[in-house]
Amino acid sequence: MSLIRLDSICRRYEMGGETVHALRGVSISIERGEYVAIMGPSGSGKSTLMNIIGCLDTPSSGSYELNGNTVADMDDNDLADIRNREIGFVFQTFNLLSRSTALRNVELPLIYAGVDIDERREIALAALADVGLADRVEHRPNEMSGGQRQRVAVARALVNKPSLLLADEPTGNLDSKTGEEILALFKALHAKGNTLIVVTHEEEVARHARRIIRIRDGLVASDEVVT
Amino acid sequence: MKRLLAELRENIRMALSALAANKLRSALTLLGVMVGVFSIILVMTAVRAMKNNIEREMGALGSRTFAVTRFPVVNFEGPHGSMRYYRRKELNIQQGQQFQKIADFAPVVGLHSPFGSFTVSSRFAETPPNVPVEGATPGVFQTNNWTMVEGRPLLTADVESARDVCVISIELAKTLFPLGSPVGQRVKIEAINYTITGVLERVGSSEAKALAVIPITTGLNRFGRRRDIGILVQAADVATLGDTMEQARGVLRTIRKVAPGEPDDFEMLTSDSLIKQFNDVTFAVRIGLAVVSSISLLAAGVGIMNIMLVSVTERTREIGVRRAIGAKKRSIMSQFIIEAVVLCEIGGLAGVILGFAGANAVAVYLLKVPPAFPADWAIFGVAICSVVGVIFGSYPAYKAANLDPIESLRYD
Repeated sequence: MSLIRLDSICRRYEMGGETVHALRGVSISIERGEYVAIMGPSGSGKSTLMNIIGCLDTPSSGSYELNGNTVADMDDNDLADIRNREIGFVFQTFNLLSRSTALRNVELPLIYAGVDIDERREIALAALADVGLADRVEHRPNEMSGGQRQRVAVARALVNKPSLLLADEPTGNLDSKTGEEILALFKALHAKGNTLIVVTHEEEVARHARRIIRIRDGLVASDEVVT
Repeated sequence: MKRLLAELRENIRMALSALAANKLRSALTLLGVMVGVFSIILVMTAVRAMKNNIEREMGALGSRTFAVTRFPVVNFEGPHGSMRYYRRKELNIQQGQQFQKIADFAPVVGLHSPFGSFTVSSRFAETPPNVPVEGATPGVFQTNNWTMVEGRPLLTADVESARDVCVISIELAKTLFPLGSPVGQRVKIEAINYTITGVLERVGSSEAKALAVIPITTGLNRFGRRRDIGILVQAADVATLGDTMEQARGVLRTIRKVAPGEPDDFEMLTSDSLIKQFNDVTFAVRIGLAVVSSISLLAAGVGIMNIMLVSVTERTREIGVRRAIGAKKRSIMSQFIIEAVVLCEIGGLAGVILGFAGANAVAVYLLKVPPAFPADWAIFGVAICSVVGVIFGSYPAYKAANLDPIESLRYD
């Protein structure tokens, strides 16, 4: 069974009395362990698609199954739970809590999952060690480089052992060298069996993936496997 | 349950770090709450200290004793009221003695009158002019629970013959006769020598105070006869106190020729009625305080709401991140409500501490009464802070919880 099954997903917005069709019937399925890049120019609907895959948004029509859960008709609390357990987000701007240490940032998803304090610390420390930041746990984001911050974000995304890592322009705010570092980390994560979806408009980033889905005008324009 | 507690702990921790990030802003915001709670605690602690003091002082009088005086202890009818009291006949020694003769229903009757504070000197030492000299009859020793440590109390014969004798309190005895027994020795008050017959100790009165007691008749001869005296009456027990008071009232009305239907032209007080009078007087103060502090807490609450709304807007991005990684609306809501409550509680605790400190400084240095720490008002103050926090934190928290996660993540 596929990890992600999107079936004729449509998403419409009402904007100033006009209906905007962001997605016009997208059907994709992604298997466990895949490394997928979603590409498209701005306005193509790729952000909307990412929000729907990430359970931040629900489709206007169509059905979405994530790891066997039918997401389309879930309420806000259930969606929050799914985001917490099944999805790890990595953002372009890192989105770490600036006042909290790396450790506290990584602990945050565990807090919302209700993991108790000792166990939480242990898991978070292990997650930070996995991304090579064992010696930076007590640093705050403003005391770290961009690459380190993004690695904290990756540790935070993975700490709850989600079935899916969803990265939105993960290298957009990094220089090319640190960008490569993050992509190498992704590669390693993929090799360990994690499912990754990277949303990007950079061909170079997309080339690291094993499958590229291109979105144009709310539809899947192409879906190819990279060899 | 355990999970809720853990979440609460996390929320408090997050709230503290959020408040610490904006120290000046948090401090200014909680100032309002602090002032509100401070004013409650200040006044309530001062009132409690005074009340405790009255209870302590009256405790010596005992629950089966009442006092008859010309004037009420406290007057809250303004100048008009006090004129009414000043037109009353004197309550003089003759009336007192007449009452004592007639009132055979009362086991103990004492007549007393303060003559002022003077310097008391012995061969060995001299006090500052602050020793109260009290005129008394033997009954006063019983009604006031004075016990003899040494020697004898005043006798009826001392009073009848207006002898120059006196009984001093143990505190005064230690000052004037540091080495030997004072009984039989002489002390000088206002150029007259008095022979000491005994040393008394005041049971139930917490404060060590110097006191010299002379026969009331002697005092009236020395210090002038035109003065009011007080009558102290002890009933057989608490149950008959009311009856005894009624009988005493009848006797006094007869002695003072009060026409039937006229109100009493004297006051009868028990320790209970004194405390009640005190409560009546302070009632207006407490009501006024409640109104003023409600207004100040309301204003403080609006300030808190304002700053929380600013905080929610500033932290839109943070809220978006939290929602994305799995925070439910409820979690965001409780996070911000708890932040408001913590802010209020810090202000409230500061208010309680400052209120205790301020009120007890006034109590000890200005009113000269022992300090009080009314825990009930402290708890009330802290509780009302939580209520203010919850009420005024709810709307900003609701706003935060209902932000669209996608929009919030894009916000900058």
